[in-house]
Amino acid sequence: MPRVAIQAKGLVKWFGEGEAKTTALKEVDLEACFGEMVYIVGPSGSGKTTLLSVLSGILKPNEGSVQVEDIAIWTLDVDHLAEFRLNKIGFVFQDFHLFPRLTTAENVAIPLILKKKEWDASVREAEGYLEIVGLKGREDIPPVKLSGGEQQRVAIARAMVSQPDILIMDEPTASLDGDTGNAILSFVRKNILNENRCIVVVTHDSRIYEFATRILQMEDGRLKPTTEKSAK
Amino acid sequence: MKGTLKLAYKLLVNDTAKFSALLLGITFAVFLMMFVTSMFVGVLNHASTTVINIGSTLWIMDPAVQTVANTVGIPDYVLDAVRSMQGVKYAVPLYSGGGLAKLSDGTYQSVNIIGLDDTSLLGRPELVEGKIEDIYAENGFIAVRDAEFSKLENPHIGSEFSLNDNRGVIVGIAKVATSGLYGTPTLYTTYERAAQYLPNPRYTISYVLVEPKSAADVQRIEQQVNALGYLALTKEEFMQRTADFFVYKTGGGTNMLIMVIISFLVGLSISGQTFYTFILENLERFGALKAIGAKSRDLVGMILFQATFTAITGYGLGVGLSVLLIWLAKLRLPSYAAMLSFGNLAIGLAMVSIIAGISSYAGIRRVLRIDPFEIFRG
Repeated sequence: MPRVAIQAKGLVKWFGEGEAKTTALKEVDLEACFGEMVYIVGPSGSGKTTLLSVLSGILKPNEGSVQVEDIAIWTLDVDHLAEFRLNKIGFVFQDFHLFPRLTTAENVAIPLILKKKEWDASVREAEGYLEIVGLKGREDIPPVKLSGGEQQRVAIARAMVSQPDILIMDEPTASLDGDTGNAILSFVRKNILNENRCIVVVTHDSRIYEFATRILQMEDGRLKPTTEKSAK
Repeated sequence: MKGTLKLAYKLLVNDTAKFSALLLGITFAVFLMMFVTSMFVGVLNHASTTVINIGSTLWIMDPAVQTVANTVGIPDYVLDAVRSMQGVKYAVPLYSGGGLAKLSDGTYQSVNIIGLDDTSLLGRPELVEGKIEDIYAENGFIAVRDAEFSKLENPHIGSEFSLNDNRGVIVGIAKVATSGLYGTPTLYTTYERAAQYLPNPRYTISYVLVEPKSAADVQRIEQQVNALGYLALTKEEFMQRTADFFVYKTGGGTNMLIMVIISFLVGLSISGQTFYTFILENLERFGALKAIGAKSRDLVGMILFQATFTAITGYGLGVGLSVLLIWLAKLRLPSYAAMLSFGNLAIGLAMVSIIAGISSYAGIRRVLRIDPFEIFRG
């Protein structure tokens, strides 16, 4: 029986008030287990990114609860929520959000530095993760000098450096060509996913669906029935 | 250095263009302020030259005296009265006035004449050439080797000049702690000779110099002198009175205040704007840090560190630039009246701290308001 990593119940989230009120999530229930690579797919504006933000402790829902392992995350105060994200969640943002004034290794080391780990030790540890994602020898150059695929790998290394239980990837192939996108997701599936980690990916790129263990279809703020996939 | 602070440092200094603009703004503001206030402090210091160089503990004068250069004669009985006051160890007269010296080439040069008490020579300068007792020789004067020395044709022992058709001979060359404000050379002689050589008003004593028996007697002497209708001031009080005159009664203080305000506004507008722009341009990165798990206090610490680091570096550069320019100016003009004091350094530091505080406050407010959800939405 797989362990449950994320359990969300009755999530409702709306933006605006009165006539401008838009409901992005409508009574969403979701369960994701360790060892799963869950895709949330759907058209633009269907609420995928909102759901991802609510699950990862970034956006507070108006109704409902999110349990990550044994933590009811929306009962935490702001500082504890930040600590939760730092320790439990690894983020790969759609636009990478790398720091152009830092070296590649320093970018990867950021979560460790935020965890108050000593600078030099953090950068050394980050260099090890760059090697894992195939960027050995690129430690000292700024990320702007890397290709899109390489920048995505840096973002993955940064998300993994603090060894989070949950990896959140938002449109990971949005800025990549098809081959590079496939290579990246294949790498994540083979090297990052394991029985102690849960990966949640938001995408509308059907070319990478093959790497999912489960695909959840989202439409108009609601999740549709699950499509189970075989292990790749 | 703590990790998040090093991160803040690298984000700041690696953005060379913005960092340079920030430093330029603060350096320029500090330089402007330091330069103006140092000139003012220099002027105030030089205005009290005679008080500093004579060095008497207590000065007795007519209440109308505003600065040491603006003397009002006091009658001889005041000297006698002061000598008989309780707590007075000794009291001597001092002559301080101006005259026109005719030099050997026939030109005239205005000079300050200090006439020292014939018996004690209280307030005599330190001689670098000659012997002090030669001041009693016929027509003896001591020239001061300061920035204005050359205006007396660089005299040596034996050089002659005339003062109101009286012959004067240089019998010694002295050095003093500080030179005068008005660009005129100084000559020391005895009180009697000064009174004899220079046109005499009704009263010839400019000041009575007093040495109290103990520090506790100062206040008692001041009260007795006040009862006599005259004013007794300690050396520090007299310097302050002179400074107050220049600050409050000449418009100098207002001008300095205006310049300080202008330099503050220049610094604030350049640095504040640039720092705020720097924060805005990095807002996305701060948002990413927040999403990853940075606490608000980490981000506030980073911004405060960036503002403080920039302010202190700019302050150091501004002070350094001021020191360099004052030094260069003094090489060219030895009497250049500019001087950095702890006071104006402190004012500069306070100004820079306010600029950094205001700049970082605006940035912190903006960063604390970022919603990391915006990072997800792209």
